[in-house]
Amino acid sequence: MQKVYSKIESIVGNVITVRAKGVRNSELAIVTTGTDQSYANVIKLDNDLVSLQVFSGAQGISTGDQVRFLGVPMRVSYTENLLGRVFDGTGSPRDNGPSLTDNMIDIGGPAVNPAKRIIPRNMIRTGIPMIDVFNTLVESQKLPIFSVSGEPYNELLARIAMQAEVDLIVLGGMGLKFDDYLFFKDTLEASGAMSRTIMFIHTASDPTVECMLVPDMALAVAERFALDGKKVLVLLTDMTNFADSMKEMAITMDQVPSNRGYPGDLYSSLASRYEKAVDFEGAGSVTILAVTTMPGDDVTHPVPDNTGYITEGQYYLKGGRIEPFGSLSRLKQQVNKDTRDDHRALMDGMIKLYASYKESVEKKSMGFMMTEWDEKLLKYGHLFETKLMDLSVNIPLEQALDLGWEILSQCFEPNETGLKSDLILSRWPKKLND
Amino acid sequence: MANTSGRVLGVNGNMVTVEFHSAISKNEVGFIQVGTDRLKGEVIRINGNTAALQVFEMTNGISVGDRVEFTDEMLSVSLGPGLLQQIYDGLQNPLPQLAEQCGFFLQRGVYLDAIPNKSWDFTPTVKVGDTLYPGDTFATVPEGLFTHQIMVPFTLADIPYKVVSIKKQGTYGVRDIVCIIEDDKANKKELSMVFTWPVKKAIKVYEERLRPDETLVTKIRIIDTFLPVAKGGTYCTPGPFGAGKTVLQHMTSRNADVDIVIIAACGERAGEVVEVLKEFPELTDPKTGRSLIERTIIICNTSSMPVASREASVYTAVTIAEYYRQMGLNILLLADSTSRWAQAMREMSGRLEEIPGEEAFPAYLESRIAEFYERAGKVRLKDGRIGSITIGGTVSPAGGNFEEPVTQATLKVVGAFHGLSRERSDARKYPAIEPLSSWSKYEGVIKKQKVEYARSILFRGSEINQMMKVVGEEGTSIADYATYQKSELLDACYLQQNSFDPVDSSVPVERQCYLFDLLFKVLASEFAFDDKKQVRSFFNTIRQHFLDWNNVPFQGERFKQIENEIVTLYKGKQAAIDPDAEKLI
Ligand SMILES: Nc1ncnc2c1ncn2[C@@H]1O[C@H](COP(=O)(O)OP(=O)(O)OP(=O)(O)O)[C@@H](O)[C@H]1O
Ligand SMILES: [Mg+2]
Repeated sequence: MQKVYSKIESIVGNVITVRAKGVRNSELAIVTTGTDQSYANVIKLDNDLVSLQVFSGAQGISTGDQVRFLGVPMRVSYTENLLGRVFDGTGSPRDNGPSLTDNMIDIGGPAVNPAKRIIPRNMIRTGIPMIDVFNTLVESQKLPIFSVSGEPYNELLARIAMQAEVDLIVLGGMGLKFDDYLFFKDTLEASGAMSRTIMFIHTASDPTVECMLVPDMALAVAERFALDGKKVLVLLTDMTNFADSMKEMAITMDQVPSNRGYPGDLYSSLASRYEKAVDFEGAGSVTILAVTTMPGDDVTHPVPDNTGYITEGQYYLKGGRIEPFGSLSRLKQQVNKDTRDDHRALMDGMIKLYASYKESVEKKSMGFMMTEWDEKLLKYGHLFETKLMDLSVNIPLEQALDLGWEILSQCFEPNETGLKSDLILSRWPKKLND
Repeated sequence: MANTSGRVLGVNGNMVTVEFHSAISKNEVGFIQVGTDRLKGEVIRINGNTAALQVFEMTNGISVGDRVEFTDEMLSVSLGPGLLQQIYDGLQNPLPQLAEQCGFFLQRGVYLDAIPNKSWDFTPTVKVGDTLYPGDTFATVPEGLFTHQIMVPFTLADIPYKVVSIKKQGTYGVRDIVCIIEDDKANKKELSMVFTWPVKKAIKVYEERLRPDETLVTKIRIIDTFLPVAKGGTYCTPGPFGAGKTVLQHMTSRNADVDIVIIAACGERAGEVVEVLKEFPELTDPKTGRSLIERTIIICNTSSMPVASREASVYTAVTIAEYYRQMGLNILLLADSTSRWAQAMREMSGRLEEIPGEEAFPAYLESRIAEFYERAGKVRLKDGRIGSITIGGTVSPAGGNFEEPVTQATLKVVGAFHGLSRERSDARKYPAIEPLSSWSKYEGVIKKQKVEYARSILFRGSEINQMMKVVGEEGTSIADYATYQKSELLDACYLQQNSFDPVDSSVPVERQCYLFDLLFKVLASEFAFDDKKQVRSFFNTIRQHFLDWNNVPFQGERFKQIENEIVTLYKGKQAAIDPDAEKLI
């Protein structure tokens, strides 16, 4: 019993209202404009006045267009046939393949019961020392790359994805430049990973409401594959575009903005997506790597700020490098106790010294005399940046740790490092002429 | 009397407007019937014959005309034996039991008994004919580490009641009627071991509130020595993301010298709660020798769980704390993060279209925060025993800037402020509490004058450091440079503490005093140095010794060895002792 309504009461932004009975909150509808059709979903009910957001945007919709309620919420097909395919934010094919309508599952489903979660325990090796040594990535982690526009964040994302050992990659693109979409496609195809990849792509030229659906689509599918035992890596780029679509919708709905125009529920909305990262006991896992571009290189901008409060750390990409400050993996301590006995101490010690190096650089830039200690720090900082921080470095963790000791011993006396004596005894490289 | 019913008029996010026809009250609970689901909500505004309900579940699928049943009860929690060790959501739904029933995901509309249906060894403490008031104990049951007192419900009118009958010593179900009392008009009340209490109302059946004058030891040096917390006091921990608020609270929850710890994970990551959940059963509480989980209650309403129950969760937590305080126990309530709770209020206020205040927070934000922290306190109960609730809340200020409504409102009401700084956490100086701008009104574990002396070195060191940034090291005197190095030493070996080292992560008072005394002697020394290189090298060496010292077991062989080395080191260079400090040694 699908009733068709053909009198649209109002059209504001991408939101239309109709008078209808028996409609459910969040229900899906189809709006027919001439020969075009678009999905829309119910976002508010007020007596018989129903507000819907139109996925393809409300441009060109006339008050006489038809609205047909489907009685179901937004769904996506979950089958093996998704693999290797590319869809848009509503789940329609973007490639030349067929539409998928089998085994439809709800998107934006309920949260995992915290009592059912387990402590993450598997390191994901990337070959990037700034990640493996200093901010280890862990299976089921949720972690964004904070980046200024112009930085090679999509390249970094793709590189980690290629190097990580996962069963399945789900790429959610939001406001993606078409070139970047092609870049991902080419990279995945070249490495043979396309056949285990599913893409939900919204490009900068697509309707903004569809942008808001991308994370939910990608994560709903990822979650099901994980329940079926797969290790899934979800890539979401760029979450700032997602937040901006939310902002646009909130303003249309006359919500009081809380901070720079963003709605007060920005935190909760981002969190409900990121919290989909999970390791299921006895099944697979969902790991989320996202990109959050920072308008004006400002970490305190509401999007990176709220993101930082939600995710389990962040990689701060600046000047083509992952910055040691600002970057953080909060799950590293779950795994770096079992890698090598010197891992933790070396990681902390080297960062503390790098902080001192930064102070010396500042002093130098102000024209102060460099003491012997400053000189040591300057040498250290230079070696650290070229041998460990450079993104082109691709070495396993153990080799990177050895290299760390090597750098320390080239610059300092053991007691200048602040490291514990027993570690120094066992790990300090023997000088050749000793 | 049949309860009131109504029907849904509209849905906007988690706010549902309902039309009703007989009396309902504010904060009353109502259930919306959606298909086979019954969704819980709380009345937060009444206007004519429409009520606004904040719904504690996802509202998809609700339709205009859906039936709503009001319960005539305020949003409440169940109180009774069996609360310890539980893991609840914000509405006191037990999560492990929910998982058993529903699997991996939180299914909406499922509400289970908060107090497990268990039998307890019941010992009456009154006899027929005795007079009781609300809050008086009429029996006890052993609950793990404690003697759990079964009390006359605080919800009864504050008048005398006579015991009409009471069960003999024995084993009874928690919901069995174990006692009957009557008031002077012979109205009888049947009592079991469980009763309910509305969460938004403070429990005040005590004799008087006392000043919080006893240090609550956390085994974290910078806190116990420099920025102490008191039993019955309040404190807050604001800081930017990743600065270490949660790690600090987890350390505190393990080591704090209290009877019960209630962890309210309010709108933060689920993964963090899991760490507590999985680790606490494995850890022993050094004080009791029992598993840590036995003294812990977790209220867990993480960020992807419904936002309205997040708002309720801090009240659920503090109500349970008040209940155990009535038994003369010391409770520590740790809420992470109070900003998420404030945001939940903000979301609801926006949907109610209230006039927004600063950053769109509601105008009543300040008073709500004050009311919440006011529920802490040390009290003397009617039978003379003392109990306390200490509340520590983290604050997550937007952009890490403390000049924002939640931080500012909190600072007005708390007794100690542990501000975390991005600068310190970036430099991996943990715990990243900024020592100079943080403050506490409470007494610490080390004599005040000594602490003040040490603090003055920190101040001076930071001034000298600032100056060096302008005039360079070459423009700094050797004496000033040595003072700067002293402050760095104090920072590295005392203020900083490695949370992941088995020894250093928790330092008992005795060891803190011991370490402080030796360090104090170094700080108080005036050394004879020829140049700055010598200064640096001396402090590098002594710092190394102190760090090693911090990582070995107290008073062991290695400990004494390192101690001797430190003494030899500093005495070897000591030229004099600062007379101001000598008086204190
Ligand atoms: N005392 C400590 N010792 C060592 N590492 C620490 C310490 N405190 C924090 N860290 C590191 O910093 C990370 C972030 O800490 P934490 O989760 O407590 O931050 P937070 O302030 O609660 O952040 P958020 O506001 O985003 O929740 C930890 O995962 C850990 O890696
Ligand atoms: Mg935290």
